[in-house]
Amino acid sequence: MIHVIGALVVWALGLAVNLRLANGPAHDTRAARLAVPLIFGATILIMWELIVTGLGVPRVILPPPSEIVATFAANLPLLWGDFVQTILKGALSGWVIGCGAAVLTALLVDRYAYLRDGLLPLGNFMAALPIVGTAPILVMWFGFGWQSKAAVVVLMVYFPMLVNTVAGLQETSAMQRDLMHTYAAGWGKTLRKLRLPAALPFIFNGLKITSTLALIGAIVAEFFGSPTQGLGFRISTSIGQLDLGLVWSAIVVAALTGTLVYGLVVFVEKKATFWHPSQRG
Amino acid sequence: MSDALDMRSRSKSGTAALRVPPVLTVVLALFALWYLAVVPMNVQETLTRAERAGVAITPDSALARRDTGNLALVVGNTHALGESWSLERPRLPAPHQVVSELYKSTWVEETTGRRGIVNSGSLSNRGLVYHAMVTLNATMVGFLIGTGLGILLAVGIVHSRVMDMSVMPWAIVSQTIPIVALAPMIIVVLYSVGVQGLLPKAVISAYLSFFPVVVGMVKGLRSPDAMQMDLMRTYYASSTEVLFKLRLPASVPYLFASLKIAIAASLVGAIVGELPVQKGGLGARMLAGSYYGQTVQIWAALFLAAALAALLVWAIGAAEKRTLRRMGMRP
Repeated sequence: MIHVIGALVVWALGLAVNLRLANGPAHDTRAARLAVPLIFGATILIMWELIVTGLGVPRVILPPPSEIVATFAANLPLLWGDFVQTILKGALSGWVIGCGAAVLTALLVDRYAYLRDGLLPLGNFMAALPIVGTAPILVMWFGFGWQSKAAVVVLMVYFPMLVNTVAGLQETSAMQRDLMHTYAAGWGKTLRKLRLPAALPFIFNGLKITSTLALIGAIVAEFFGSPTQGLGFRISTSIGQLDLGLVWSAIVVAALTGTLVYGLVVFVEKKATFWHPSQRG
Repeated sequence: MSDALDMRSRSKSGTAALRVPPVLTVVLALFALWYLAVVPMNVQETLTRAERAGVAITPDSALARRDTGNLALVVGNTHALGESWSLERPRLPAPHQVVSELYKSTWVEETTGRRGIVNSGSLSNRGLVYHAMVTLNATMVGFLIGTGLGILLAVGIVHSRVMDMSVMPWAIVSQTIPIVALAPMIIVVLYSVGVQGLLPKAVISAYLSFFPVVVGMVKGLRSPDAMQMDLMRTYYASSTEVLFKLRLPASVPYLFASLKIAIAASLVGAIVGELPVQKGGLGARMLAGSYYGQTVQIWAALFLAAALAALLVWAIGAAEKRTLRRMGMRP
C-alpha cells in the first residue's frame, strides 16, 4: 500500500513541477522544453515501478522497469546478437536496397511523363496496402535467414520512398529549369546541381518514414520463421517462456534503434538541407 | 502554377500517341511480368512433374537440376513447361490461380460448401469472407477507439500547455518506434488476464491508429490563424465555443488526412495481432498457409487484405469529399 501512496505522491510532485515549468516565465527556454517531457517520462517510470511492486502485479503480466533494466544488462551479448541479425543484416540492408532502388526508379520515372502518370497512382495505392502480409511468402522464397527479412523490408520501403522522391523531383519551377537550360546544362548536370538538391527535403522525409517501416518489416517477418536469433524471434519465443523481462528488453532495443536512426536522419537532413525554409530560423 | 500547367501539357503530348491510360499500361505490364516470373520460379516442380509424365528433361536427375540455375533450366527445357501456370502448390502462383482461389474460397464455399451460409446459415470458417469479417471487426473497433482517444488527447494538448510540453514529444518519439513489436506481448498479456477474442487485436489496432490522429489533429486544431482567433475573442467566445465553432471545423481536413493513415495502420495492426492467436482472421489464414505450404491460400488472403485496405481508404476519401463539400471547404 505504501508503494501506491508513494506513486501518487510522485505523480503529484511531477505534475506540480511540470505545471510550474510550463506555466512559469521560463517555459519557452530550451531547458524547459527538454526538462518537461523528461520529468513526465521519469514520473511514469517511477509510478510504474511503485504500482507494480505495490499491488503485486505478477511478473508475467507486467515486470517493473528495474527488472527490465536488470534483464537488459544481464543479456547484453544475446541482445547484441539479435541486434546484428535483425537490424544490421535484415533491416539495414533492405532499407539501403529498397531506398536505392526507389530513387533510381524515380529518376527513370521522372524522365518519362507517361511512366510517371502510370506509376504514381499505383505507388500511392501500394503505400497504403498491408505489405507486411507478403512476409510469409518471402520467408518461403528466401529461407529463414536475413535475406527474407531484407526482402520484406525492400518491398515495404520501396513505394513510400518512390512517391516521395518523384514528388521531390517535381519541386523545381519551370523558371529554374529554364535557367539551367540557358547555361547549356544537360540532364545530368541539371539533376546534380538543381533537381536533386531541390528534392532533398522530400527524400529525407521518405527516409524518415521508411526507417520505422524497415524496423517493423524486419521484426514482423521474423514472426514467420527465423534463425534462433533476432529481435522478432526473441520477442515471440520469450513470450512463449513468459520471460517478459527479455521481451521488454528486445522492445527497448527496437525502440532505441528506431529513435536513434530517426535522430540520425534528422541530423543529416539539417546538415544537408540547411538552405531550406523549414530548417532555418 | 505555370509549372503545373507545363507538366500537364507535357504529359498530354506524351499520351496523345498511345491513347492508353498510363495506369492501365503499368498494371498490364506488371501482370505480364508476373506471368513470366511464374515460369522460372516454378521450374523445379514443373520439370519433376513432366519427368514423371515421361518427358525427357535435360539434366535427368532431380539432384542435378537443383544445382542448375532456374533460368538455365527454363532455356534447356522449353518443351516441358506447360504446367508452370497450373501447379497444385506453386512457389509463385499465377494471377488466375489466385483469382480462382479467391472465387472458390468466397462465392463457391459460401453457396455450395457444407459449412457455407446457404447450407448452414452462418459464414463458413473455411471461407475467406468469415476471416475477412473477423479482421474487419477488429480493425473497425480498434480504429474507432484509437481515433476517439486520439482526438481527445489532441484537444487536451491544444488546451493545456503542460500536456503539450510533456506528452507531445513522446507522441512524436513513439512514431519512430516499431510499435508492432509489442503486438504479441499485448495479446499474450491480455489473454493471461482473461481478455481474449476481438479486444486484444482491437487494442493493437487502436494503438497503431492513435498516434497519427493525435499528431494530425494537434496540427489541425492549431490551424486557425491569429486573425480568426482574435475574431472569436471579440465575440467574447469561451474556449469551449472556440473549440466547437472554430478549431474543430478548421481541423476537419487534417482529421481526414490522418484518418486515412490511421485506418491503413489499423488494418496492419489487426493482421499482425492475429498471428499469435490462431483464432481466425486474415493474418491467421496467412500464417496457416505458410505452415502448410499453401501458397495460393496466402496470396488469396493477401489480395483480400489489399482490397480491404483499398476499400477502407477509399471509403474515408469519399466521406472526406462529401464532408468538405457540405462544409463549403471544397467546391
